[in-house]
Amino acid sequence: MQTAVTILIDGLTYASWLFIVALGLTLVFGVLKILNIAHGSFYALGAYAAATFVAWGATLKWAPAFSIVAMLLAAVAVAVLVAPVIERVLLRFFYGRDEVLLVLVTYALFLIMEDVTKLVWGANPYYVSEPYALFGNVSIGRQTWVGYDFALVALAVVVGLAVWWVLNRTRAGKVTLAVIHSAEVASSMGVDVSKVYIAAFAVGIFLAALGGAFTAPMISVQPGVSVGVIIVSFAVVIIGGLGSIQGAAVGALIVGLARSFAVHVAPVAELFSIYVVMAVVLMFRPEGLFQRTQARRI
Amino acid sequence: MGTPSSLPVAAATAAPTRDRAGGAGWRHVAAAVGAFVLLAGLGAVAPKWLTFLMTMAAGNGLVSLGIVCLMRGGVVPFGQGMVFAIGGYAAALFYNRLGFTDAIGLALAGGVAAVLIAAPFAPLLSRYRGIFFAMLTLALSMVTYGLLMKLDTFGGSDGFNLGRPTLLGMKLPDDKVGFILFLVTAGFAVVMAALARIYFDSTRGLVTLAARENELRVEYLGGSVRQAMAINFVLAAFCGGLGGALVVMALGHIEPNFSFWTTSGEFVFVAILAGWHSVVAVFVASTVLEVVRSFSSSYFPNTWQLALGIFLLLVIRFLPKGIGSLWHRERK
Amino acid sequence: MSAPLLEARGLNKRFGAVVAAADLQVDLAAGERVSLIGSNGAGKTTLVNMITGYLKPDSGHILLEGRDITRLAPRAITRLGVARSFQIPQLCGDLTVLDNMLVANACHDAGLSFWKPARRAETVDRAEALLERFRLQDQRHRRGAELPGGMRKLLDIAMALCAEPRILLLDEPTSGVAAEEKFPMMDTVMRGLADDGAMTVLFVEHDMDIVERYASRVIAFYAGRIIADGAPGVALASEDVRRYVTGELLVE
Repeated sequence: MQTAVTILIDGLTYASWLFIVALGLTLVFGVLKILNIAHGSFYALGAYAAATFVAWGATLKWAPAFSIVAMLLAAVAVAVLVAPVIERVLLRFFYGRDEVLLVLVTYALFLIMEDVTKLVWGANPYYVSEPYALFGNVSIGRQTWVGYDFALVALAVVVGLAVWWVLNRTRAGKVTLAVIHSAEVASSMGVDVSKVYIAAFAVGIFLAALGGAFTAPMISVQPGVSVGVIIVSFAVVIIGGLGSIQGAAVGALIVGLARSFAVHVAPVAELFSIYVVMAVVLMFRPEGLFQRTQARRI
Repeated sequence: MGTPSSLPVAAATAAPTRDRAGGAGWRHVAAAVGAFVLLAGLGAVAPKWLTFLMTMAAGNGLVSLGIVCLMRGGVVPFGQGMVFAIGGYAAALFYNRLGFTDAIGLALAGGVAAVLIAAPFAPLLSRYRGIFFAMLTLALSMVTYGLLMKLDTFGGSDGFNLGRPTLLGMKLPDDKVGFILFLVTAGFAVVMAALARIYFDSTRGLVTLAARENELRVEYLGGSVRQAMAINFVLAAFCGGLGGALVVMALGHIEPNFSFWTTSGEFVFVAILAGWHSVVAVFVASTVLEVVRSFSSSYFPNTWQLALGIFLLLVIRFLPKGIGSLWHRERK
Repeated sequence: MSAPLLEARGLNKRFGAVVAAADLQVDLAAGERVSLIGSNGAGKTTLVNMITGYLKPDSGHILLEGRDITRLAPRAITRLGVARSFQIPQLCGDLTVLDNMLVANACHDAGLSFWKPARRAETVDRAEALLERFRLQDQRHRRGAELPGGMRKLLDIAMALCAEPRILLLDEPTSGVAAEEKFPMMDTVMRGLADDGAMTVLFVEHDMDIVERYASRVIAFYAGRIIADGAPGVALASEDVRRYVTGELLVE
């Protein structure tokens, strides 16, 4: 029983930050039709930026609680400063091209960003441990959990609801949904599609950076962080269905719980369980659990 | 009756060359022999580090050759690390567990092992295209990675070492090991390159190109696109496994990272850089990557990936058919 | 009275509320030149698609020399001797005209080879001979995507011929072709087929002049049913055809 609770909570925690990141990835694919291998790099960027901002906050002697704001600002900074540049300088030249070609373009971007983060922040790990203690500890049964983990779950729920609300209840959101459905049709109805692209890309990057920023206290922020994140995010969006919000949530839950289960019960499966699920989904229901795109051709 | 179009007709500029059946084959064999002799000569005089670099370039190039085989059919595999790792682990296991040490035999064992494991997936994968083909091959390679990391029989996350191979029963002396392994690797590379060229120019090779352009048409002409895709996948697996075994012998060590997605990405990088018009270009591109990789740690550890990324973007943007298109003119 | 080459029995096909084919019965004999006419959506292309395996009928059977081909894959049907061209020409755009023909020949050959060069004397000669018949010989080194419309259609038809079919189905061979080029084009097509008097040709066509000139038999469609089937003179004079196809009885 205790193990079940442990698995559940560990799985939820993992699923939370993963959902935030995967949501950004699936949104970018849904709108721009780009499966962004560099998405993990923006996660890393968010983590590094959070490390920097929190450190600044500390040197300025701000209250520890401010570090939350610092992390949020870090994510915003990444989205506002980096996303438009990349979209205008690189991505817009490849819109409408073959999806795999775009994956290769983002792969090149990933390579570039790996080195850029190394050049800016160096190769040594950063630790952003102060915020992790902010929420104290929570005891369930005989196990003690760090309150921060639950805060992360809360954040994921808030983010998910916010994105859902914006997409379905605001005008900008409905325009975005129209572009997701068909950019061509939306354009012919007067929508400025390029503005939607920039905004969607920025939001997607913001979500990746947000995931990175708020996960930073739980990991050591160092080169190579992006590599593991992107592959797990791919698994989530494939399982859930490319372009689907509910899919990102359900996919993240499945991946989080599968990994948690493996870690606690069957350690040998820890690393490949996620990818087995991904492969199985691709074999039997390639469009993912919440279909948006057509997969098999013949 | 006039010609059925009112638009001006542009006649062909180059005179057609016809290949007599077998004539082209002999040309390729001759080119392969010549290339091997040249490489052997280079290897004999080159310093050890260069010989090692060329060995790695040739071994890794084989994996990218397999990717090119698939790309001609219009799909890009993002998981060739899987067959690369299988080939390498097969060679290492044969060596350590079965005491089989012949270099040529180990290389072939790697290729065959990769085919045996990949072939069951061929019919399934032959139905996928685009992103989903890429993601499924990626998933399979990551499953392989996960298994290799966790299973102690395969050495776990440390992998394991491979001792010095023998060649046709002869032990290899210390000062000649690098050169001999280079000869074996280059030999396989040259043979596979020639075979690939023959296959690409064959009727099956042309049907593959057609499938890339218009699957519907090929089906309505009586051809089977799925069969072409499945065959290409198996051929790519053999190339990948062969390359994996050869690289392991050169390195003396194998680890699960061989199957990680970033490794697969590098093979794709080389294939994109090379394009699919020239098999020589694949090995040239592989050499470029090896050179950049080798010099990077000493001279520019924090910018070599940046350089590769920019290079890739430039190739995609300005040379989308790869560097091979620079010197290969479509034979008319 | 020899058995028909192709028999379609009781073919039905619906797409939701749209009836594309309703109880179609057609017999085709060897050597016939049949034109399918009817307004858009009447069922002509649906019949072609069902015969070539692109669509499966909801019910009914198609027999080729007595053999049931209804559920076969298009590839298998082609190999049994039924080939088609497409309304929008389906070419391999990045390949040259000659290569397109070589692909068509290769797919038809019994043995695809891993090593025999695609371009060799025998294959190229055969391809060029067919290109010559269709007056595309001068274009043979041009990329398929660069061909003008009329030539694309001709190439599409030439490629279908590589399958050495007993039944050739042409889906609107002259559509998209400038009016003054329609006759020269059909002449070229028919001359290209001339060597093979035993081949049955079915062509979907909207231009009644073309129909009258090149068809020995006309089958008219309306709302998924056949409303006329006979020699052009008879079929085109039928009241139903004049009302529902050629529009001559619109003002009554």
